[in-house]
Amino acid sequence: MAELLFWPVLVCYGEAAVGYLGDARRPGTAGRAATWGVRVGWLVQTALLAVQAAREAGFPWGTWAGSLNLFVWLVVGAYLIWGCRKPYRLLGLGVMPLAASLLVVARAGGGTGVGTRSHYSNLFLVLHVGLVLAAFAGFTLAAALSGLYLWQERRLKQRATTILRRPAPSLATLDHLAGRTVTFSLPALTLGIAVGIVRLVDSGDHIDALVVVTLATWLVWAAYIVLRTARGWRGRRAAYVALAGFALVILVRLALPATHFA
Amino acid sequence: MRLVLVGTSHHHAPIELRERVALDREQGRELAGRLAAGGGEAVCLSTCNRTELYVAGADAEATERAAVAALAELEPQVEQALYRLHDHAAALHLFRVAAGLDSLVPGEGEILGQVRAAYELGTTSTLLDRVFRQALHAGRKVRAQTAIGESPASVSSAAAALAEQVFGELAGRAILLVGAGKISEQAARNLLTRRARIAFVANRTLDRAEELARRFGAEPLPLERIEDELVTADVVVASTSAPGYVLDAETVARAVRQRRGRQLLLIDLAVPRDLDPAIHELAGCYLFDIDDLEAIVAETLAGRRTEAERAESIVNAEAEKFHEWQASLDIVPAIASLRARAEEIREAELRKAEGLLGRLDEGQRKAVESITAQIVNKLLHLPTVRLKQAAAAADGVVYAEAVRHLFGLGEDEH
Repeated sequence: MAELLFWPVLVCYGEAAVGYLGDARRPGTAGRAATWGVRVGWLVQTALLAVQAAREAGFPWGTWAGSLNLFVWLVVGAYLIWGCRKPYRLLGLGVMPLAASLLVVARAGGGTGVGTRSHYSNLFLVLHVGLVLAAFAGFTLAAALSGLYLWQERRLKQRATTILRRPAPSLATLDHLAGRTVTFSLPALTLGIAVGIVRLVDSGDHIDALVVVTLATWLVWAAYIVLRTARGWRGRRAAYVALAGFALVILVRLALPATHFA
Repeated sequence: MRLVLVGTSHHHAPIELRERVALDREQGRELAGRLAAGGGEAVCLSTCNRTELYVAGADAEATERAAVAALAELEPQVEQALYRLHDHAAALHLFRVAAGLDSLVPGEGEILGQVRAAYELGTTSTLLDRVFRQALHAGRKVRAQTAIGESPASVSSAAAALAEQVFGELAGRAILLVGAGKISEQAARNLLTRRARIAFVANRTLDRAEELARRFGAEPLPLERIEDELVTADVVVASTSAPGYVLDAETVARAVRQRRGRQLLLIDLAVPRDLDPAIHELAGCYLFDIDDLEAIVAETLAGRRTEAERAESIVNAEAEKFHEWQASLDIVPAIASLRARAEEIREAELRKAEGLLGRLDEGQRKAVESITAQIVNKLLHLPTVRLKQAAAAADGVVYAEAVRHLFGLGEDEH
């Protein structure tokens, strides 16, 4: 019965995606409605996850689809930190359609229902899955910020006459926020991977494709931080690195997990 | 009370005429006081684009004549250029003015403060208090719910807005002025209002650079030293009268290599241009010349006009509310008189029946009081509702007169 909560979440996120599109064309009411859609949808999704956790007495998102559902919640939660502010509504145009689509994929994979209980311990799942997903959510937000940076920079380079008609966050702010988000997310991924490797060594399992690509993802984001701080890579170049990192995040989240969870 | 507006603006009179009827604050206060003498109300709104008298009086024609005479006294020729509006039309005009919809640049924000100042200096009571408060509310609402005032309307404010698009908050951002003329100064002042810091003033003549730098608390530089400061500056504003480029792309490229990815905005306000257009191709450099800025301003003004359509509907709704309120001023006394008369009759009839009621105990007496009051209320409920509805329509005054006539409500009750 609680899984019926999926539908209001999808409606809210879908409404937000459409609302942000409307706001991009004509700023105002559509943007405000979209922001409320995100807030309400996220609260309902929180309730859905809480019901799942209570029913399973632990961490029921160890499956691929379940973790995808949790990932969507983390992404939207991270977006909510800034997304409700007017200049950041354009960010919603990137984040909310992705969130709504991933939610549908999670549903199709059974991730919004309660599946079979994982044989892993709750502590391991919270540390490994929770930390990795939280980091990926942060990277997704950083990629969205970087995408918005590239869009805004392109308008400046093209000297678009409409540049002052559509309020957007400044280049410096977007660059700074993306950098800060990655700075917080990378340690979470590092810890999540470390916990996974400890369990891998302990159980004598072998390294699969997902582990390899996750390590590659870590390398790209670590390079992002190093290049920013040591080589002064900011702005456009940093944004391209962030988008490359995000492509790996999507690969890890959608294409490769089947073998890992099996 | 009737609301009367008499005035002239940039739509109706050239500057030569407007300046002759322009009033400073004290003159405006004095004129409003004079027009309101004898129990009326008056506000004088005088800006560089308009001089308007808002006057409330019992007789609209006489009030209008007095206002016209007051302005004609300042300049007889202005009479031909005056507009005269009454009640709803006058309120709608004021609301449009407060919202910036009647301004030379649609949506300009200064007018709202000018309307507030005029209101505070005026002699006001019920009618003008209401219409001015509602005008200020309409002005704020338009600015909150539309983007009419968000975009810049001049080249220098567009330059400052572009700086905000690149850096966000400009507080503490270092500005390098290249050229120490009027245009540089104007652009600098616009950036200063956004709390940017004028760090350097470079000029071919160092004396002039020193003079401007002193005013802004900046460091004066000869043009040859610009390259050194390009590493630390965030915004470069150039407006010299040099015949060629003051800064070429190679010089900027050398500085960019030391900036560690920090963005650099360059504004070229000079004709012929001071900054090599190839600078715009460098990573992290954004160069806008005067043509770019003028195109942006033209676009934002077009955007303001689109937003103005939304603002008009907000203003119309507010004017409609005022109209309903003003109409109720005619009806409310009639309703009050009608209810008072009915209550008077009820009490008189109860007194007449005192002999019969004397035999009733306290509880029964209260029941009779309550029943008669309910009968009166029920009888008057529908006429009251209909009168209020009529007040919202154009025939409120006619209904009020009809009620007074039908129920014989005395002159003293008007």
